[in-house]
Amino acid sequence: MLLFILKRILQAIPVLLLVSAVTFFMVRAAPGGPFDAERAVPPDVLKHLNERYHLDDPLWKQYLDYMGNLLQGDFGPSFKYTTHTVNDLIAAGLPATAELSLYAILFALVVGLTAGIFASLKSNTLQDYIPMSAAMIGICMPTFVLGPILLLVFGIWLGWLPVAGWGQIAGDKILPSVTLGFAYAAYIARISRGGMLDVLSQDYIRTAKAKGLSTARIIFVHALRGGITPVISFLGPAIAGLLAGSFVVESIFQIPGLGRFYVMAAFNRDYTLILGLTIFFAFLIVLFNLLADIVLVWLNPKVRQDLGGKQ
Amino acid sequence: MMKISMKFSVLLMSVVFLVACGERKRLVDIGNEKQILYIANGADPADIDPQITTGSVEHRIEGALFEPLLTKNLTTLEIEPALAESWTVSEDGLVYEFKIRDNAVWSNGDNLIAEDFVQSWRRVLSAKLGSEWATYLYVLKNGEAYHTGKIKDFSEVGVEAVSEKVLRVTLSGPTPYFLQLLDHNCMYPVHIKTILKHGEFDERSTPWTRPENFVGSGPFVPVEWVPNKVFVMAKNPLYWNHERIKLSEVHVLPVEGTLAMERMYRAGQLHVVEKLPPAKIASYKNDPALHSFPLYGTYFYRFNTTIKPLNDVRVRQALSYAIDRGQITKTISRGGEPVMRSLVPITPAYKPSYQFPEDIALAQKLLAEAGFPEGKGFPKLTLTYNTLDEHQKIAVAIQQMWKKNLGIDIHLQNQEWKVFLANQHQMNYEISRASWIGDYVDPNTFLEIFIASSGNNETGWSSAEYDDLIRAASLEKDLDARVKIMQEAEKILMTELPIMPIYGYSWNRLVSPSVKNWQDNVQDYFSFTDVYLAQDKK
Repeated sequence: MLLFILKRILQAIPVLLLVSAVTFFMVRAAPGGPFDAERAVPPDVLKHLNERYHLDDPLWKQYLDYMGNLLQGDFGPSFKYTTHTVNDLIAAGLPATAELSLYAILFALVVGLTAGIFASLKSNTLQDYIPMSAAMIGICMPTFVLGPILLLVFGIWLGWLPVAGWGQIAGDKILPSVTLGFAYAAYIARISRGGMLDVLSQDYIRTAKAKGLSTARIIFVHALRGGITPVISFLGPAIAGLLAGSFVVESIFQIPGLGRFYVMAAFNRDYTLILGLTIFFAFLIVLFNLLADIVLVWLNPKVRQDLGGKQ
Repeated sequence: MMKISMKFSVLLMSVVFLVACGERKRLVDIGNEKQILYIANGADPADIDPQITTGSVEHRIEGALFEPLLTKNLTTLEIEPALAESWTVSEDGLVYEFKIRDNAVWSNGDNLIAEDFVQSWRRVLSAKLGSEWATYLYVLKNGEAYHTGKIKDFSEVGVEAVSEKVLRVTLSGPTPYFLQLLDHNCMYPVHIKTILKHGEFDERSTPWTRPENFVGSGPFVPVEWVPNKVFVMAKNPLYWNHERIKLSEVHVLPVEGTLAMERMYRAGQLHVVEKLPPAKIASYKNDPALHSFPLYGTYFYRFNTTIKPLNDVRVRQALSYAIDRGQITKTISRGGEPVMRSLVPITPAYKPSYQFPEDIALAQKLLAEAGFPEGKGFPKLTLTYNTLDEHQKIAVAIQQMWKKNLGIDIHLQNQEWKVFLANQHQMNYEISRASWIGDYVDPNTFLEIFIASSGNNETGWSSAEYDDLIRAASLEKDLDARVKIMQEAEKILMTELPIMPIYGYSWNRLVSPSVKNWQDNVQDYFSFTDVYLAQDKK
């Protein structure tokens, strides 16, 4: 198992290096620079700015310098938010993004599992078709459509919930969490329905029913453990996806998270912030996929055995 | 199972019901009780160092954190005392002496003295700082020479502390709008000791502007700055005129997008919305919250005069004369914008002497004379604009007008902001959208950008006669004579038409009726000094 983890970590290093190199050179190739403004910057001022940020060095040297600093945990200064470093900005944005992702995944789990289990028990009836159709809509509907709809209905028409912000007024975390979690709830509903249907057709469940056990006991004690295993394996990539993919929701609801920084960094040609966030997101994706694999290996003795055999 | 899901549903519904029906105070209600103003200000401030920031987002915040020598009346824009309580001007208009208030202090209690201005302006003129505003201080004697390194001794520059509280400024030439420049952010004094504590004198972007380190001179001090979330300012108890300040705090929210701002206003999360989207203006027509006012700025198109056929003045004139500006302001911008057939917005002190005509027949004639009768043979030029609905709609309308009135086809190209800027600066365009907002209320702020040496000209057009007039105006002491010279220069520009003015800006903002003493002006100055909040009776 340890060797498996070590191997995965070693595999992650070239991935991260490739991501950093590709992003670094792609961003520099984009037209327009960080100091391009509506009012032309005088040439001597531009010269000093380029010197200050070492943009007058050859590109390969800038990349090597950047990577050297990165190895010491320094993502460099932000070009736009000039009194902040990229480390500052990641530290400022991460709590909101992490919290939003956590609430979204909790929402997805509660709603998705409830709908999935309920549908599996009433398979091929109206009570199955309705939640599963809703799930299909949830999967198909992008967050940039769902967000404004929820916002308009619950924020503006009904006036129940705030329409923007994060931690500023009671209830402002509900709409963004639901918007972000909705598609994941839909996936979980479909996965858990499938998993539960699989388990419910097993002989041991029929035996339990024959013994006269209550429906609740059959579901929660006997069926659920096996039924939600596919959901658990889905959670790793889902959390990574939530953390790295919340920029649309963060922009709609004005949440001060990493995603919003990412969008603004791209518009501002904030080279170091784009690069820092890309590497950070890549790291998160690698990390959560690794964690999901570890949990899966740990949960499934058969996979563990296979790994042991290969080793 | 049915029972369980029923119970769960009831529980879920109860939670939703409690959330929905519980007494939920809106942010503006809380703000009204506690004198906290919530305001949307566009993007997040990049920095709050007034000597290097260039955006209006930053300037509005800096206006609350710093105070200049002189300020302007928020309605009339006439000069008013600020840190300087009085001033004198020499007969030749070259030497100004400012008496700084005895009770003016920094937010850390340090005495605010004339030397603070000397050192602050030295910082702006320091080449290493790379301030984009250094040219502003070229009005000072030897300001340009010091900035460009021709002289090394700052004592030769025209700013000195005569005594602890008297500042003397010597100009390079008579500059009638000099006092108007003094409330520009680059002229604010900065606390040099604090700057030195966190870096070098002329180093950019050090942490001196973080709320925990900051020392300023204005009515407010920063207390919290969470990037992309909020910038909080609190009343400065050491401000010399602190009794005037009624607000306890101002929360500046970085809200991108006018639609999001308007939604937040409707949901009671904002007192003031920086700008209303054009499509929403009509729905607020009878709402007291709508503040509509003209802005000292012009929306225009640039022509690249270095390429054919735009190097022919007749073509530029034809293109400019052939569009219906009234139609654009009535149906697209819809904010009550005045049509512009000259560049400089009209003020009580300045009116253009010449406005080019809107005349389709004349435009057709000029185009034919230029070799393109009824648009035949006219190359398919590209009109470039940056990504924004409003720009696109205007471009489409103008494309149609040119097609209908002149018989020419224009290709439209939408570009991302930074790509657009880079292309415009490199003159890699044919026709391009542009705008200019005056830095101070004087025609010079518009006309100066079209002299040959200006980096903001970006049209390839130059005229020695025009440059001479602008130079002459800067040396003219008699105000009436100066206006005449400016009018003459503008006439040349509006005859040659390297740019095509379309409309003058007007601003549409939402200000909650509970915000009292809010004033609007053509320079869109924010000042929170006299603002207070009072809940209106329902």
